[in-house]
Amino acid sequence: MSGSAPAAAGSLKVPVAGAAADYALRADGLRKNYGTTVAVDGISFDVRAGEIVGLLGPNGAGKTSTINMILGVLQPSAGDIRIEGIELARRRSQALAHTNFAAVYAALPGNLTVYQNLRFFSLIYNVPAGSSRIEQLLDEFDLRRLRNTRSGVLSSGEQTRLALAKAMVNEPRLLLLDEPTASLDPSAANLIRSRIRAMAVRTGCGILWTSHNMYEVEEICDRVLFLSRGRILLEGDPRTLPHAHGASSLEELFIRLAREPLASAPLAAAVPPQQRDAPGTAP
Amino acid sequence: MKLRPIAAIALRQFYLMRSSPTRVLPMIAWVAIDIILWGFISRYLNTVASTGVNFISTLLGAVLFWDFFTRVMQGVTMAFFEDVWSRNFINVFATPLLISEYLTGLVLTGIATSLVGLMVMLVLATWLFGLPFFSLGLLLLPFLLVLFLFGIALGVLASAMVLRLGPASEWLVWPIPALLSPFVGVFYPLSVLPPWMQAVGHLLPPSYVFENMRSAVGGHGYSGNALLIGVALALLDILLAAWLFASIYRYAVRSGLLARYSAESVG
Repeated sequence: MSGSAPAAAGSLKVPVAGAAADYALRADGLRKNYGTTVAVDGISFDVRAGEIVGLLGPNGAGKTSTINMILGVLQPSAGDIRIEGIELARRRSQALAHTNFAAVYAALPGNLTVYQNLRFFSLIYNVPAGSSRIEQLLDEFDLRRLRNTRSGVLSSGEQTRLALAKAMVNEPRLLLLDEPTASLDPSAANLIRSRIRAMAVRTGCGILWTSHNMYEVEEICDRVLFLSRGRILLEGDPRTLPHAHGASSLEELFIRLAREPLASAPLAAAVPPQQRDAPGTAP
Repeated sequence: MKLRPIAAIALRQFYLMRSSPTRVLPMIAWVAIDIILWGFISRYLNTVASTGVNFISTLLGAVLFWDFFTRVMQGVTMAFFEDVWSRNFINVFATPLLISEYLTGLVLTGIATSLVGLMVMLVLATWLFGLPFFSLGLLLLPFLLVLFLFGIALGVLASAMVLRLGPASEWLVWPIPALLSPFVGVFYPLSVLPPWMQAVGHLLPPSYVFENMRSAVGGHGYSGNALLIGVALALLDILLAAWLFASIYRYAVRSGLLARYSAESVG
């Protein structure tokens, strides 16, 4: 998998490993302008099957715009998105049939019950044998006792479980999770992370995960992309990346990047020379 | 187009109505009030006027047809508004759902809700005021067809308008039938209108229904050609409305409007 910034000075990227890998997502030269404002600045990255990739960055970095473009609700100004090898721009419906998502800002209709929401989305995604799939999800996400409860009155944790159940209804090959555990207590968040990790391993689903919880990112992500001002500034293993860049933790690295959004050079300068060419930090 | 996604849109509306009397009541209450009000007005006019015109057939019949058209339009827009009110656009459109499937689902909802309204009106108008609705025979089919098609066209048009202008523009949708009614001659022949209003009226499919209805009820037959024009115009309006909706949807995806659609961000 690889990710790359545009040819901006100081951008760091990881060399491609496993060129013949099975890609759930490939984004190439993705760009989004709103008038003269550049929200996403020509980024390229991919997510392999079974891989969990963290998309990190400060508010306004372009994470949600990137996710919205992958979901087909925001048209890129330039660039190409392929889901399971299917070009989103040309074959939107086929590409999105392999995709699903859960986001804190996209609550499911609160006036439908848990079952009705799952039924509605199983039909929208054209899921064959939708009823049995729903029963399976009710068990998998501990929603059976809430089956006939309106989703608008569920607790935050229950709503998150429902959103994740909906996100799994079509057994996607690519799952986009925008702060999926933001409103959960640590115990519930841990449980959800375990389930998602197990699901990725079991189904081979590629996951793009955004979060501001660096502990969570270190725990669950195989790889992270640091986004700032629409560019990928860093990419690598969340467990080794901080050390490689002279930070004591992922959170410290995040804060440095967030406060110096275009400070690739100072950041690179902080990296000992012998580490700059080390695997995972190719300039 | 696939059947399951279309069924999803209609099924969602069924779920909402089944659990919410506040959604069902307006489908029945307003048409019932209209029929009762205009039924008594028609009955009164029959007693005071000696024109030979049966006001139950002409006036109450016209109200029934007009309310049917209004219900079709509102059935389509109400299903669309559910996604506006529940901020569900991103959930619905970040899926394989095609715009044609979405619109077909809205239309199915419009069919179902308008038929409920029609049944209520027929029962009340026939039972309370003796409206000889079925005396129009097979003419009912083209009449209802034209009004149904035009109701769908306006429902899709209104949905496109709200998608573009934001939830606050919802209030612009409800008066649309009232704005059109003077031009289509619901209660009077187009000939009483000034020429420019007649010209507008001839562009609106319902005018062909009401002109023919009065003619048929008065024993003067009907114009098949005029009804064909009405059907053709209504079909053209549907195509235009669907094209407009698709164009606005594409604009919403291009501009980011769809991804951040809410009362706070649009309109």
